[in-house]
Amino acid sequence: MSSASAGPADLADEFMERRTTLQRIQGVLHKYPYLSPLIVLLVAVIIFYLLNSRFLLPQNLSFVTQQTVVVGTLAIAQTLIILTAGIDLSIGAVMTFAQMTMANLAVFATASNILPVAGQNPYLAITVGILAGVASGALNGFLIVRFNLPPFIVTLGTLSIFTALTLIFFKARTIQNAEMPDQMKWLGNTFKIGDFQLLYGVILMLVMYAIFGYILRNTAWGLHIYAVGDDPNAAELSGISTKRVIFSVYVVAGLVIGIAAWVTIGRVGSASPNPDPLLNLDTITAVVIGGTSLFGGRGTLIGTLIGALIITVVQNGLSLAGLDQAYRVLAIGILVIAAVAIDQWIRKVKA
Amino acid sequence: MTAPTATVTPVIQGVNLVKTFGRVVALNGADLELFPGEVLAVVGDNGAGKSSLIKCFSGAHTPDRGEMYLNGKKVEFKSTHEAREGGVETVFQTLAVAPALDIASNLYLGRELRKAGFVGSVFRMLDKKAMRQEASAHLKNLGISTLQNITQAVETLSGGQRQAVAVARAAAFGSEVIILDEPTAALGVNESARVLKMIQDLRERGMPVILISHNMPQVFEVANRIHVARLGKRAAVVTPQSHSMNDVVAIMTGAMTVPVEEQQLTPVT
Repeated sequence: MSSASAGPADLADEFMERRTTLQRIQGVLHKYPYLSPLIVLLVAVIIFYLLNSRFLLPQNLSFVTQQTVVVGTLAIAQTLIILTAGIDLSIGAVMTFAQMTMANLAVFATASNILPVAGQNPYLAITVGILAGVASGALNGFLIVRFNLPPFIVTLGTLSIFTALTLIFFKARTIQNAEMPDQMKWLGNTFKIGDFQLLYGVILMLVMYAIFGYILRNTAWGLHIYAVGDDPNAAELSGISTKRVIFSVYVVAGLVIGIAAWVTIGRVGSASPNPDPLLNLDTITAVVIGGTSLFGGRGTLIGTLIGALIITVVQNGLSLAGLDQAYRVLAIGILVIAAVAIDQWIRKVKA
Repeated sequence: MTAPTATVTPVIQGVNLVKTFGRVVALNGADLELFPGEVLAVVGDNGAGKSSLIKCFSGAHTPDRGEMYLNGKKVEFKSTHEAREGGVETVFQTLAVAPALDIASNLYLGRELRKAGFVGSVFRMLDKKAMRQEASAHLKNLGISTLQNITQAVETLSGGQRQAVAVARAAAFGSEVIILDEPTAALGVNESARVLKMIQDLRERGMPVILISHNMPQVFEVANRIHVARLGKRAAVVTPQSHSMNDVVAIMTGAMTVPVEEQQLTPVT
């Protein structure tokens, strides 16, 4: 305020204005956290195209999108949770549980006399399966919020619980493609644009990215997710009920996981009671590579989509180039560490 | 019920407040009155119960015993949200801002504006434009012109600028009283002067302010009355005119007691 201090303040301002190129890059990445994964994706695409030009053929690109759909859809749920500074290790187990619930209801409900209408109406079976996902998410959220338990521990526990429940309720029986009604597999249909085959499940995934992207950016709930993940005490003192926000995030994540279960049945064509052991880690990898901070409060959904695409592009590109998949594991490992290192660096940004 | 010595209804009044944390007694029957249009400084040694006292009024703590009144009406704040609804705004020592969110979002955190009509009610869309416009208007009102960009993340601001955001938020929404907990503790000389100026501006607009501070010169500069807390109670209320800084320190440490008739328990006229 005081005019006497104008001189030195101006000097200081001038000094503050002087920024190195590195600081400018830091500032831009801070503002647009999905830029670094986007650059990685583009570089990967160019490299794999140079290694094998078939990489960019429409048939191969449609294959890439189909390979991304399961991890991509689940990663929406993981992003919401990681934004609150939580983590969900039970995603794969819950998805398998939801998937086996809907498949078993659709195939066996009439014969076993448990909810027989679900046997006649596959949509009801699908709905109940999705609700199983919602209920599982609610259980995770309840344990975290009510007993103040760390999400890591709660979901590590429910990972085992839901894996076991799936085997106890549904035995170890895979529901085959031929057994399931068409509605169950509907998301596995494709839709042709020239030579490009777009999976219905991919369209649903993109719609979900659009919806949740909108919610995170444009609604109070979305903003509160960031605030809670950023600094829960500050959020609470600002009048936000952090417990309610965290609980609701796990419930909504359960909904997304339930829908992902339906997507997976469409993509795979069958319902297996054994979850892919890499699924949990792949969703976390997609989120982290996508520029979302594991410490919560910063990140974008579009970054997660790019992260999920990076995982598939690397996998697909290496096979086309005839290289060992071990290089994929190696590349993903390096990317994860680089992504977290960049996140730490971006956090130190100054005005 | 009003204070026995006051004819003016206090904006905020606490009577016999008790707050314990396990075996630690933070408040042991504390009283407090804040009158319209005044700046009341709350001072005291570490552990005297200053922060616990104001946290009762800002809804961060619920007292175990005792009553609180807002404009003569009994209130019970179970959360900061309820206190804010009642018109009591607090700038906490930790500032309670979300570092990764921008200035406008922080100003409206927890009470975002939604767009009018269908987009707002069905799609829950926030009115970011209105929030940004009003946020910059509020900052201008407080004479904070150093913030160039309202969409800047708070973590990119300096300590003083963050403080300014927190004070602006309180000033924008506080309809009854604004509580500031150690607002200058982390600030440099220039930035402190700016915050003190903001406090004086608030008083000129008729807004009562509770200021918690360790900084005696600042307290003597802006306060109308000084509430001295000691051992979870009110030791005395004096004015910068009636007592010196040394006296106040003596009251804080218990080296000096002030008889009730020499205290300033009524508004300064």
